[in-house]
Amino acid sequence: MTANAIYSEPLIRRVEVAAPRAQEAAIAETAEIKISTEHVSISYGTRVAVRDVSLTVDARSILALIGPSGSGKSTFLRCFNRMNDLIPGASVTGDVCLDGENVTDADVSVVELRRRVGMVFQRPNPFPMSIYENVAYGPRRRGQNDKRKLDELVETSLKRAALWDEVKDDLRRKSGLALSGGQQQRLCIARVLATDPEVILMDEPASALDPVSTLRIEELMRELREAYTIVIVTHNMQQAARVSDVTAFFTMAEDRAGYLVEVGPTGRIFTRPNERLTEDYISGRFG
Amino acid sequence: MTSTTGRTLAGAGTPAPKPSLRRRSSRGSILADKAATVVLWGTGAFVLLLLGAIILHFALAAWGVVSPSFLFSDPSDSSLGGILPILWNSIYMLVLTMLIAVPIGILGGIYMSEYARDTGPLGYVTAAIRFAEESISSVPSIVVGLFGLILFVDTWHWGFSALGGALALTLFNLPLMTRLAEQALRAVPAGERSASLALGATKWQTIRHVVVPLAIPGLVTGVILTAGRVFGEAAVLLFTSGIGTPAHYNFGNFSLTDPSSPWSPFRSATTMSVYIYKLQSEGLGAYVNQIVDGCAAILISMVLIFNLGARLVGRVLTRRMTAA
Repeated sequence: MTANAIYSEPLIRRVEVAAPRAQEAAIAETAEIKISTEHVSISYGTRVAVRDVSLTVDARSILALIGPSGSGKSTFLRCFNRMNDLIPGASVTGDVCLDGENVTDADVSVVELRRRVGMVFQRPNPFPMSIYENVAYGPRRRGQNDKRKLDELVETSLKRAALWDEVKDDLRRKSGLALSGGQQQRLCIARVLATDPEVILMDEPASALDPVSTLRIEELMRELREAYTIVIVTHNMQQAARVSDVTAFFTMAEDRAGYLVEVGPTGRIFTRPNERLTEDYISGRFG
Repeated sequence: MTSTTGRTLAGAGTPAPKPSLRRRSSRGSILADKAATVVLWGTGAFVLLLLGAIILHFALAAWGVVSPSFLFSDPSDSSLGGILPILWNSIYMLVLTMLIAVPIGILGGIYMSEYARDTGPLGYVTAAIRFAEESISSVPSIVVGLFGLILFVDTWHWGFSALGGALALTLFNLPLMTRLAEQALRAVPAGERSASLALGATKWQTIRHVVVPLAIPGLVTGVILTAGRVFGEAAVLLFTSGIGTPAHYNFGNFSLTDPSSPWSPFRSATTMSVYIYKLQSEGLGAYVNQIVDGCAAILISMVLIFNLGARLVGRVLTRRMTAA
């Protein structure tokens, strides 16, 4: 199935012509598709967690996955870097393509995939090592041991994650765990950036943080968007509205399987959703 | 000042007075709470007291016995003499056993925690390993000793040997070491593993650079408990590394095969615990009680020193492994 075929799906965002923001219209025109999923379903044993999701993500854009708890957003997110492989009994059907290459194929190297598709978790999870070693972890594991290159990589990654100024004086002495929650999460982002990814997945990256730290993470996401493709799962609808270019709304079917209700430019989803379910959720009538 | 919101502390005009904070909760629960405090503190104090009494007893008993000459001279029939060869054997057996048991135990623990499957055909292998672990740990140590006697001493014609003793001790300790290592590794939070894997590290890299370093405190506990059993075990060693009174060791003989060399694993090696058992059960000689008390005090000190040392090494290892 080619990428064009997806556009014929009624729920796909390209059907919506009028993008509310000029910026988004520009993206839509010059879009280069980074990720596409076709008929993706994910089950744990016999329970279907996500059913038949098809969507695309443009390069250098932010896609927000919103929806009530249990609607399969995080599960769906984890199929992009195959973290579902780690869950016994989990199985994924359908195609998940990165730059047109199906990442669910058996001969795809998950190690290589995860280098290109980094992930930031809900709970900040720095390693109990120095700040420097946290950032150097990924590069070291693929054999980068040149001290000068590592120094450089650590510095640029921390700068990009807007953490450098706060930690540059005790990179090697201070443990990643000694940082505040917001700093820890930015350290985790720096750690991902150091592996030079193309896509960054964020699973509720700010839900454990205070409002000030949350805003910093959101600012950071907007900056990173210039160079990276970002997919974020969030329970916070204001956050989705603030940071994302495109929003996908998931909910649960009667058999508790999550599915995609609609996906479209964030401005439109939050002002004129096509589906009643989306409108109800966004206006707080359920979920 | 009047208020209709009920926010005033005095609560003037509110119809239902709130229960006082000073109201006593039901007598039974308070009594149970107090009783639990007393009993638990009491139990703790009793254990500490017991431990203190044991240490004090042997410290007093060994007073005047333990001296540099007791530690560093050979046993003697006619005088107090020393225990150098026996002290040496205890340390030698400890090192030899740990060299064999710790790597196998940790690798086994890594297998059980990271690789073993609980379901599918491999689930039966896991179940079999667990069953073996539990069975071996419940075999009485004297039986493990007999097994060593039959296999190493008789069948393989090693005679009494340090190696035979160390292998029997390994057999005896492996279930504990493996289980403790498995528990220590399993206790490493899933978040750290996921983080490493999501960064593109392989499973082994994740184990090597994240899981094992984080589990070191638990692994050290396993090593300490295993070491304690090596120091303390007599029954396993009676029939394997032998029971006797070595006369004199020539520490200049570094041969690893010469049965008279103290460095050779193919010689009999009476350890402190076995020596205490031997002296106490034979009861021969004028200084038996003093020597036994001295040995006991030294054994306790060795265990203490080893435990503290292992914790220290563990801390250094953690630092080394988490930095680069």
